[in-house]
Formats: sequence, structure tokens, C-alpha cells
Amino acid sequence: MILNMGPQHPSTHGVLRVLLEIDGETIVRIMPDIGFLHTGIEKTCEAKFYQQVVPLTDRIDYLCPMTNNLCYALAVEKLLGLEIPPKAQWMRVLMNELTRINSHLVWLGTHALDIGAMTVFLYCFREREEVLKMFEMISGQRMMTSYFRIGGIALEPPLGFFDRVRKFVDRFDEKVDEYENLLTGNPIWMMRTKGVARITAEDAIALGASGPTLRGSGVDFDLRRDMPYSGYENFKFKVPVSQDGDVFARYICRVRELRESNEIVKQALDGMPEGPIKADAPGIVLPDREKMKTQMEALIYHFKIITEGFAVPAGEVYQAVESPRGEMGYYVVSDGTSKPYRVHMRAACLANLQTLPKMCEGGLIADVVAAIGSIDIVLGEIDR
Amino acid sequence: MPLNPAITDLEKLKGHPAVACLLAWNPAAVTGITFDRDEMTIYVDRSNVREACALLRDDPECTFNFLSDVTCVDLYPAEPRFEVVYHLLSIPKKERVRLKVRLESSSLAVESLTSVWPGANYFEREIFDLFGIRFTGHPYLRRLLMPEEWEGHPLRKDYPVEGYR
Repeated sequence: MILNMGPQHPSTHGVLRVLLEIDGETIVRIMPDIGFLHTGIEKTCEAKFYQQVVPLTDRIDYLCPMTNNLCYALAVEKLLGLEIPPKAQWMRVLMNELTRINSHLVWLGTHALDIGAMTVFLYCFREREEVLKMFEMISGQRMMTSYFRIGGIALEPPLGFFDRVRKFVDRFDEKVDEYENLLTGNPIWMMRTKGVARITAEDAIALGASGPTLRGSGVDFDLRRDMPYSGYENFKFKVPVSQDGDVFARYICRVRELRESNEIVKQALDGMPEGPIKADAPGIVLPDREKMKTQMEALIYHFKIITEGFAVPAGEVYQAVESPRGEMGYYVVSDGTSKPYRVHMRAACLANLQTLPKMCEGGLIADVVAAIGSIDIVLGEIDR
Repeated sequence: MPLNPAITDLEKLKGHPAVACLLAWNPAAVTGITFDRDEMTIYVDRSNVREACALLRDDPECTFNFLSDVTCVDLYPAEPRFEVVYHLLSIPKKERVRLKVRLESSSLAVESLTSVWPGANYFEREIFDLFGIRFTGHPYLRRLLMPEEWEGHPLRKDYPVEGYR
């Protein structure tokens, strides 16, 4: 029998349609069908100036906007050969890890909800709300932040921001204990996740899986540690790896990542350097409002950047960062004009979704829900 | 930080393990090379790309065991019009290399990598969908993002951003 699941199924986290060929309760074949959220972002990018692409990158993966901002900004900065001041780099790391916490909290809440643990959802969203309020405080937006710009960050963090982050991170470890109390030793949770939707390390690598989906199968690889960017080499953190390759292994990897991200935020707060938040690159970075109103040069640069953008030397760059879901990559091609010739996003979820048939075939229908939840898909990123 | 000029001389880049590996296997397979902004790009002949990737994956000096990304660039109206771009990653060596295949618009087909990395499946379907390039040997070459009955390939440069065709 062929069973259609989605695209409006609540456990598909968006609009994923899955075709299941079943024999009784057992799955014989599974075919994901995607594209319902395709908005043609890559095509739109080609018609915008470089700086106008930043808000579009938020909308790809709406659960981790800053990771996308960072990846795009790093790619264009590499094309330009821009040097970013240390404070901007540290702010980027700080915000990036808060974004990871935000994204993992949504994943944990909805994943537990899919499997039937309702309470965790409410607990996770309590903390997520606090993170979103911090995003609003620093960028004026809760979700589509566009806070990282080419050449630095948009604004100086407001007064009281660091205190608020400090208050959050000091207590966050206890909150993770709360989630773990509800789930990690829970017999129902163990039965639903242990030994379910297994995938071996060889299969995960061959299918292009990355992030916690790869590390849950025992491959110790994290771009933040192994190919550092944006000053990650200055931070000390562990990369959680689990050997089992099942839903529980991926769960435990992400929960430990929550704690590690929290540690990175603490280190970023402690060592935050002083200095400018934007690169010294007139003609590329927008001048301060103050200067714009007092200096003729700044006004001219402002006018030129807004009306005609800035030219980027011809070339091509592939920049990858570790997003909460895996390897997020931007391939940007420049032809020397002020609009990108081609922007391609390597979506971690698109590759991770390919592991679904390997995980589910031979298993039960009810485990498909657990498997989809465990690879943490965001359809906005898959379809772009 | 001023940009260094790109190196395109094959002789200077022979030391790179991926280049050395490909040259030792088949010198005719490498049609060009660029080292720019710390990124290595190797142009590979169209007929050799699948074998070249399998070689780079299995060679103990290279170990490019992870296919990060496959994408395409339309250079319209230049010829060869399309470049299919492969980004390989070596998890043990923590290195990347970019392979490129140039395609004339008269014959838009290249060998599929699905037999080397099954993960190439969706990436190649996406390129087939948005650029109209055929991948020979692909197990299920259907549109991925656009509807089945869609006409045209949206990411081609002669496809308008807005309005009707």
C-alpha cells in the first residue's frame, strides 16, 4: 500500500511530503517529496546588490538567521579581502551561539512533541522566548535579524545587553538539566528513540550528512573546531560525538551542544575585546549616522552604497560554517560588478534529508516521525 | 588585506595532493587550474569527472571522502556556457578542493556522481531542475523543486527574474 504523509502533517515541520510504501506496519520504501516552499531565493540574489542579499539569507533558515548572515558575510568578505575587527568577530560568535541555542530549543521542543512528550515543548519555548527578546533588543527583530553585515555588525550592542545575556547563560545549564530530567532517563523516551532509525558512519558520509546527524553516527567533525572561521580558534569547547547512530544519539549530541554553546557564549562575554564593530572600508561599510550628517565624504559614500552598491573583485568563493543543522555553505561568484553573479546556498538539511530512506526502510511507520524529527529539517532551507 | 593574484600555472601547483593525484592518473583529465583566495579549483574534462572523483575519494594522500556540494553556473552568452561545480571535502585532512566541468550548450550532459556518493542525488536533481543539465546514470532524474509540468529552467541567465516568459 502507498501512504501519503504530508505536506500538511504537523510532524513534518513545514511542508514536507513523504510517500510511504508499506507492508502492514513496516516500511518498504520511502520517498521524500520537496519543493513546496521554493521561493527562488538564489535567482532573486542575482538581481540584488551584495548588501541587499543579507535580509534574504535570514529567510532561508528562519530558525538560525544569524548563522546564514554570518556565512554570507564571510563569503563576501573573503571575495573582497576584508579584515574584520576583533570585537565584531567576537560579537558574531556570541550571537551565532545564541542562535544555535535558539534553534536547538525549537528542535528539542517540537521533536519531543512529535514523539508525545508535551511538557518539554513548553519548557523549551520559555527559554527560547528569552533568546528572542535578546535578539529584539540587539537588532530590533525577533526572528529575521539581519544583524551581521558585510564588513562587521549592524549596530553597537545596546546598554544592558551583556548583563541580560550573562543572566541568561548563568542559569541556562540548570534549564538544560530540566529538559534532561524529563527526557534522558525517561523509559518511554528511551523506547521511542534507542535503536530507532539507525545510520552508520559510512552511510552518513556517503549521503552527505553533516552536523549532529553525522556526529550522532560517530564521526568527530565540526567545522567550528576543524576549519575555524570568525575567530572560533580562540574558544575552547568540546564537540559532542555519539557512536550509536540512532535517534537517541542525535538527541544526546544536540543536548550536549546546548551546554557547549552556553560555554562559548560565556567565554565570548568574558573576553569581549574593545574597539570598532565595522571594518575600516569606506565605500563598502555604511558610515555612522553621526559622520554622515557632519562630513561630506561620509554622505557621498552613503549615497553611493545605497544607490549603486559596491563593486566586488571578480572571483569565486565557497565558505562553509557549522549551522545548527550541519554544514551551511555559500558559493558566491562575482563578475566584478555590484551584484553577485551567482549565489548558491549549500543547505545542510537538503543533504541530511537524503539519509531518511536509509534510516526508515525496514522500520515502522511511527518511527518515521521520530526519524524526521531527529534530523532537524527546516523546509525553508531545503527548498530555498 | 590586499588580495593576492590568482595562480593559474599548472607547474606551480603540482605539489597539491589532489593535483598530483589526478596528473599521475591521467594528465589529459586536468584541463586547467586556478588557486585563488586560498581555494583550489581544478578543471576536469567532462568524460573523466566520475572517475576523477572516485580516485580523489579513495587515494590515501587525498581522502576527499565527503561531497559537500554540487552546483552550476550559467555563463550565458559565453561558450562553454555552463560550469558544473563540485566541492569536495576531506574530513581526515580538513581540506577542500573544487572541481569544475565545462559544458557546451550543444550537449548538456555529464556523468552522474551518484555511484560514487549517493548524496549527489538531490544536488544533481536540483541542477537538472533549475539549469536543465542531464546527468547520465542518475537513478531518478526528475524535477526536485519546481512542479513537474514547469517549462524552462529558472536559474538560467536568459530566464527573467519577474514577469512572464
